[in-house]
Amino acid sequence: MATAKQEIGNGNGSLKYVGTRPWRPDGVDKVTGRAKFGADLSLPGMLVGRVLRSPHAHARIRCIDASKARALPGVKAVVTRDEMPEVPSQWVPAGEVQVNYRDMSQNVMAREKALYDGHAVAAVAATTAAIAKQALDLIEVDYEVLPHVIDVREAMQADAPVLHDDMFTQGVEPTPETPSNVFKKVHFQSGDLDKGFAEADIVVERTFTTKPVHQGYIEPHAVVASAGEDGQCEVWCCTQGQFTVRAYCANLLGIDIGNIRVTPSEIGGGFGGKTVVYLEPVALRLSQLAGRPVKIVMSREEVFRASGPTSGGAMTIKMGATKDGKITAAKAWLAYQAGAFPGSPIQPGCMCVFAPYDIENAEVEGYDVVVNRPKVAAYRAPGAPISEFAAEGVVDEIAKKLGIDPAEFRLMNAAKEGTRALYGPKFGPVGCIETLEAARNSEHYSIPLGPNQGRGIATGFWFNIGGESCATINVNEDGTATVIEGNPDIGGSRASIQLQAAEALGIPPEKVRPLVADTDSIGYTFLTGGSRVTFATGMAAIDAAGKVVEQLRERAAKIWDIPVEAVEWEDGYAKPSGSNAGDFEPMSMAEIAAQAGKTGGPIAATASINAQGAGPGFGTHVCDVEVDRETGRVTVLRYTAVQDAGKAVHPSYVEGQIQGGAAQGIGWALNEEYIYDKDGRLENPGFLDYRMPVASDLPMIDAVIVEVPNPNHPYGVRGVGETPIVPPMAAVANAIENATGIRMTDLPMSPPRLLEALDNGGANGGS
Amino acid sequence: MAKYHVTTSVNGEPTEFLCSGEQTLLDVLRDELELTGTKEGCATGDCGACSVTVDGTLVCACLMLGTEAEGREIGTIEGMADGDTLHPLQRQFLEDAALQCGICTPGFLVAAKALLEENPDPTETEARYWLAGNLCRCTGYDKIIRAVMTTAAELRGE
Repeated sequence: MATAKQEIGNGNGSLKYVGTRPWRPDGVDKVTGRAKFGADLSLPGMLVGRVLRSPHAHARIRCIDASKARALPGVKAVVTRDEMPEVPSQWVPAGEVQVNYRDMSQNVMAREKALYDGHAVAAVAATTAAIAKQALDLIEVDYEVLPHVIDVREAMQADAPVLHDDMFTQGVEPTPETPSNVFKKVHFQSGDLDKGFAEADIVVERTFTTKPVHQGYIEPHAVVASAGEDGQCEVWCCTQGQFTVRAYCANLLGIDIGNIRVTPSEIGGGFGGKTVVYLEPVALRLSQLAGRPVKIVMSREEVFRASGPTSGGAMTIKMGATKDGKITAAKAWLAYQAGAFPGSPIQPGCMCVFAPYDIENAEVEGYDVVVNRPKVAAYRAPGAPISEFAAEGVVDEIAKKLGIDPAEFRLMNAAKEGTRALYGPKFGPVGCIETLEAARNSEHYSIPLGPNQGRGIATGFWFNIGGESCATINVNEDGTATVIEGNPDIGGSRASIQLQAAEALGIPPEKVRPLVADTDSIGYTFLTGGSRVTFATGMAAIDAAGKVVEQLRERAAKIWDIPVEAVEWEDGYAKPSGSNAGDFEPMSMAEIAAQAGKTGGPIAATASINAQGAGPGFGTHVCDVEVDRETGRVTVLRYTAVQDAGKAVHPSYVEGQIQGGAAQGIGWALNEEYIYDKDGRLENPGFLDYRMPVASDLPMIDAVIVEVPNPNHPYGVRGVGETPIVPPMAAVANAIENATGIRMTDLPMSPPRLLEALDNGGANGGS
Repeated sequence: MAKYHVTTSVNGEPTEFLCSGEQTLLDVLRDELELTGTKEGCATGDCGACSVTVDGTLVCACLMLGTEAEGREIGTIEGMADGDTLHPLQRQFLEDAALQCGICTPGFLVAAKALLEENPDPTETEARYWLAGNLCRCTGYDKIIRAVMTTAAELRGE
């Protein structure tokens, strides 16, 4: 493990618990089947909810007649657009993206038009699943089928079917007078592009496409909602953010936030896809109407047809460099499809596209485009993997044409502390160079390759975010502690919060019990996303622990009858210090806690923060592939993923994030795509035909952690969850190019597509 | 709708239940017997989250009807630990951090146990192919495969 050590910690210059690998606190529940996930809760009197979905990609809904369904015995409520409040357009920030409540409302339940195959048009609650299913069949929807558009470039054409009559492209002057599918244009520029290209000895321009891919969480969306006659509402669901669900349900249904309590279940994967609502407002509305709890669980087909993939993209990258290896100019044109409503991650896609490099002259323009597909949702570093796949392909091609090793070429241009990013700020300490050096110096990078084998390298960047978090620490009578926090644990964050709290308190992690609380039991905490939890909520836990330690010192001072300044806290013990040193035996947290009632009452503290200064994440991946020229199948032989974690709090789960992101990226690169028929219906809404990597598709993934401390966190932590999905697509494409000489520019590089390129002697799609 | 009376054994316990003709074994386990450790990821036999054993054979509970459990011995994740003693696979999954979100974990454990009962000394490739019917989206399988291989060695007494 490469390191850049730091001198911070719990007062003695070293970290005792942060950086260790204990069993995760929720582990036993998860290996015994005891953990309760979204679909695992049932309540007395609970009804079964089901959703009716549009079979058309684009259709005006003339009329919905649910009278026969309502009359069916056992049906307790039906919801259509008529039962859902009409919500005005309002954009609000939601972490890495923006959301519009009107669009969200119309995505949850179609209003004038169904905008994609799978769009919800009605829902029922009934006493049994069989009756609910029968009721859906009895709902008559009169559709006027409209022409549709699936492809992002086609959607941008002047004669394309228009999804929204009131959409006039933002960000262009003058604002167009006719509506289109282009919601907005974004633009970033620095330096002098013409001058930069004039200085270049070599210029490469390529066009790329990526397909929408689904987050692929194994747990379908699930909710139980219960609205009481007093207006108090309860929601249990699998979500990345219980406070987000609360806000969305309140805004979509016109309920006061204070009247909704949302309890997050365990969450069976999300990767960004569970940061939005689909079922929750519908189940709550059904419960309001029925007066009973309602449970809705999506089928896998519904997950694919109606929940958010990430964007597909069309991109052109132009880059110039001098013959001695300096990138002098870079230009990108990016169009991301947003699905049926605006809000693709085009902005972060533009901001990240050249972020691993220090390029003086650059320009990026991007377009957010609606098409007749499900509305995209965040997916791990939203936007970045798409644009960086394209840029990293061009970087690789320039290196090859210049005869410079691709790792060396990247190192010659790598972003470092002080580099000004295209989107404005200068980087603080970052680990781009460190990850590249670790990759280049790895054993993997110099292993000889056989026939039809190739090696690719790629670097990726993601911002990471901080944001609002609360944490409460209660000291129990026996000196153990409970940490209450508000972030659903999607991949081990209970462990990382526990370890940081233990470090700050100076007691072993097994004496600190973390608890993920409902919206009434902890202060507002922004959702689990943006690689923020270990960084931001970890800091809230450290702050709360600091306050608890203050109280513990005060209590010890009181017991010993010495000034609090004369008490120090070390390794979970109060010790007299200074002139009082040695006067009293050190007192443990348990001993102080046992006397809490006599020294001032319970010992507890809450911290609330808006964490700033999340350190950006860089990662560099190296991939070896073997290409079967008969079938076009690509086998990943060996994979090394290096990432800067700042400080790995629980290294096993950091490695897990890196390995999981790499695996998702390999699926994105090689197989995953949505297939639509000519009518715009999704043809592969299942795991058999939407081909995610299985165990036999992959080799071991060597995760290498580099630690360049983030100065804005007490232990140096950076978020790690998202960066690992950024480099793989380019790493695989570069490896295929290295094996075959063919530059694949269109994802996925599936056997038929690669075979076609091999047969055509190298031509591939958009280039 | 008429219901069928089924007599079976679940994790060694004599068990009776009523189910409709269209309920799968997965529906019965989760909805009738409240054994929610067995998960539904797809209901089409593609993800393995509902892996159970029937008379010792690994099956997807979503692909079998509840009525077909008559006279069989069903094994689920809830029966894997011996009282408060975890199965070596369960321990090794925790030791190796072979789970992240945990939704696929019961299925992987049941499938891995079935693997080691049939083949106590699998190669890495054999383990990967045996577990290819279980989808995990979080881990990239690396730590899962390592945990299975380590446990296999432990159970062989190595």
